[in-house]
Amino acid sequence: MISEKTASLPVYKPKDFASDQDVRWCPGCGDYAALTAVRKALASLNHRKEDYVFVSGIGCAARFPYYMSTYGVHSIHGRGLSVATGIKLANPSLQLCVVSGDGDLLSIGGNHTIHTLRRNIDLTILLMNNKIYGLTKGQYSPTSEVGKVTASTPMGSLDFPLNPLALAVSTGCTFIARSIDVDMKGFDAIYKRAMNHRGTSLVEVYQDCNIFNHQAWFYASQKDTRPDNTITLEQGQPLIFGTDRDKGIRMNGCSPEVVKLGEKYTEADLIVHDETNRSLAFMYSQMAYPEFPEPMGVLYCEPNKPTYDSLVHDQMNEAINTQGSGDLQKLLMGNETWTID
Amino acid sequence: MNNGSTGQMVDRTSLDSVVIRFCGDSGDGVQLAGGQFTDTAAHFGNDFATFPDYPAEIRAPRGTTFGVSGFQVQFSSLDIYTPGEAVDAMVAMNPAGFKVNIDDITPGGIVIVNEDEFTKGNLAKCGYVDDYNPLDDEALTTRFTLIRVPMNRLTRESAEGTEEGVKVVDRCRNMFALGIVYWLYDRPLDATVRFLENTFTKGKGKPEIAKLNIDALKAGYFFGETAEFPSQFRIPPAKQSPGTYRRINGNEATVLGLITAAQKAGKEITYASYPITPASNILHGFSKQKNFGIKTFQAEDEISAICAAIGASFAGDIGVTGTSGPGLALKSEALGLAVMFELPLIVVNVQRAGPATGMPTKTEQADLFQALFGRPGESPCIVLAPGDPGDCFDMAIEAVRLAIRHMSPVVLLTDAYIGNGAEPWRVPNVDDIEPIEVSHPTADSYAEGEFMSYARDENTLARPWALPGTPGLEHRMGSLEKDANTGEVSYDPMNHEIMVRARAEKVARAVDTIPDIKIAGAETGDVLVLGWGSTRGTITTVVDSLQKSGRSISSAHLRYLNPMPANLEQVLKGFKTIIIPEINLGQLSMLIRSKFLIDTVSINMIRGRPMSVKELTENIEEVMDR
Repeated sequence: MISEKTASLPVYKPKDFASDQDVRWCPGCGDYAALTAVRKALASLNHRKEDYVFVSGIGCAARFPYYMSTYGVHSIHGRGLSVATGIKLANPSLQLCVVSGDGDLLSIGGNHTIHTLRRNIDLTILLMNNKIYGLTKGQYSPTSEVGKVTASTPMGSLDFPLNPLALAVSTGCTFIARSIDVDMKGFDAIYKRAMNHRGTSLVEVYQDCNIFNHQAWFYASQKDTRPDNTITLEQGQPLIFGTDRDKGIRMNGCSPEVVKLGEKYTEADLIVHDETNRSLAFMYSQMAYPEFPEPMGVLYCEPNKPTYDSLVHDQMNEAINTQGSGDLQKLLMGNETWTID
Repeated sequence: MNNGSTGQMVDRTSLDSVVIRFCGDSGDGVQLAGGQFTDTAAHFGNDFATFPDYPAEIRAPRGTTFGVSGFQVQFSSLDIYTPGEAVDAMVAMNPAGFKVNIDDITPGGIVIVNEDEFTKGNLAKCGYVDDYNPLDDEALTTRFTLIRVPMNRLTRESAEGTEEGVKVVDRCRNMFALGIVYWLYDRPLDATVRFLENTFTKGKGKPEIAKLNIDALKAGYFFGETAEFPSQFRIPPAKQSPGTYRRINGNEATVLGLITAAQKAGKEITYASYPITPASNILHGFSKQKNFGIKTFQAEDEISAICAAIGASFAGDIGVTGTSGPGLALKSEALGLAVMFELPLIVVNVQRAGPATGMPTKTEQADLFQALFGRPGESPCIVLAPGDPGDCFDMAIEAVRLAIRHMSPVVLLTDAYIGNGAEPWRVPNVDDIEPIEVSHPTADSYAEGEFMSYARDENTLARPWALPGTPGLEHRMGSLEKDANTGEVSYDPMNHEIMVRARAEKVARAVDTIPDIKIAGAETGDVLVLGWGSTRGTITTVVDSLQKSGRSISSAHLRYLNPMPANLEQVLKGFKTIIIPEINLGQLSMLIRSKFLIDTVSINMIRGRPMSVKELTENIEEVMDR
């Protein structure tokens, strides 16, 4: 099952991770950036190509595995995480990455997302959030803002959106991060950490669907908007943002507050990012445009929580250690037998 | 037998077969008492078949008819195939049990009741009103031998001097009742005494509870000696072929069969499942056998369970998921994914009465069409159905063998009746079981030529089972239609038709290694009774007896539903009339008609119960006398 790997790791280039399939996303789609960044990141991670498995559900982003030259599974709508769970249970030495969209992971597959996050299975989730259904041609999604006018909601959508990072905090996810498709450098660092993290990593990627929901993230993605509407979290550093890095976040009682640095407040008054603090992570998940800059980077990391897949194997090994490797004939006999001569 | 009792002279009547039913509240311990009686019968060398019949409610309000739990066992000195119908002896722990079951008692049968529970209040709870007590109704009681036993009082007396509370003592009433029945059928107590000591003294460290139960059991036995039973009965051992036997129910046999197959294939099992009646004890069974390389995953829902099993198969385990009808419905899209992926996958469906939630604890065989056709698109699966509890073991091994051989999902259709019903099972020697061949390619397998994930074996049409982690064979599995060789996404019109036909042909080719269907009786004649699944016991019993009465009738049982055995058409053509009894509205009947253009007579009983021997006999006679 697990092959012997004594030889040293080959030197990979990003293109070694590209399959021979033509990429069929719309020109200008944010998925391209993620694909390029993932291929690049894998080339510098410490695993063999044959040990990666990319898994997805259904949707535009879910075509991702076809474009990787690793092992891959393009499954059915919403079920990528369940398939990935089975793969990891059967062979924990494989490196799993699940790539799917907000509809797949949060709507039809929402249940599996909740339970994967709480189990802490060792895999990385790239949640490509474009706040729209792309492949089915533009219906609103569970992350769309209220009032979204789409093909299925000509008078505006009525339901309130889901907050994936708050969900991750509440389900006990052990690595929670956010990035954006225009920030290749930030994504690269986050993705590598996510893949190296032992446990479930959820990386939300703000991704532009330039056909059905173009500019949905412009408040956070443009040169002139990004500095004021996002804040990059750095471990141990105060929360400072703004084009002139003259704004910060401080605690006012139990709530965060945007303050101007200089006269009344200094850096010493600001919240210092601590990625081991789950309460802070929840607070970050609630900071939303336009009231707050939206946090980017690693919101939360809990590296030592045991993973479900390792616990399953521990239990199996414990059974073997205490009861001995299974004796089939004895098993078939059971506890009570009788003999006919 | 010697229990240290006085050698009182009693009439002993020898009988071939007896059907006993224990009944009472679902908290009265009747399943345990029935199970113990069965074990003792087994040790004695009787053939037996059991039928636990319990409500979906865990503890329905005490004393109500809908909370009645029953356990029926037929034990015999002959070969038997069913738990029987007309009940020779019944133990009713309360009036509700009495009311629900009394109509099944054979005239002249024995009815033992716990009369302490026949209070005004309890009688009213189950609908006996206006001071009516059935025990005092001569019109009723003269039909059978009624033995009124003050079980509450006598059980408490057997526990005199204990420091345990009355609630604890009262829970030993089932053992008191069992003691009476042991006396009645001249059975030794030692197996049950050993069980009680193992359970309470060794298992739970409560020797005082073991003692209370054993004392109640013995008190019941001695009560039997002094009660005015018309006779004591003796059922000699059955002639069974030599070997070591155990009691087994279908769900246990399914677990053992799958583990055996995995061991024979050198594989680990990932069993992913969501709890559902009556399949949950398959999950429990696997969970206890982790030292056989078993990983169990209690998923968040049915869909996750099957998808995890598919993932596990992709990565090289035997992926197995178990469920019942409503769960299979939830899994149907993913089962189609397994058809598309062409991976080995085992789906166990312990059928129950539907549709929707239906009657979760009751049996039915109405998921045949669902197993065969219940998916979008042309989506063929191999479908197998064991005929009795022990057969679940053999067919579970077959399921794994065929799944691997043809890289195909296999649906194993059992049901609540054989899943929970038990019979004696001759334990096979594991060395006599054939190994299952598995091969995983490596890059070296393609030293000449190129790895293509959908290139097929020319005989089995199986594609290669290349595992992630294997250098050089990286490939993508997709739910989109695939190119017939490379496995890459393809929308080519002719390629789709080629793939649709290839998937169908691959499943059809499983016929190459499945055994011919056997005929019980003459190979030609007036009537062939064709069955599948759990009706085998009833059909065998009925056809045996009709053959003995001189009728031109044979039977055959289908264990392979897709594909069907190669000789089936020939077999069917040897008879003037084909009768197909099913616990559905005629699903196999419709298949046989459409597949072979052969007319069939469908006999259907859909009551959540095993098919009745008496009624099936009458129905077949009616057809034959037309």
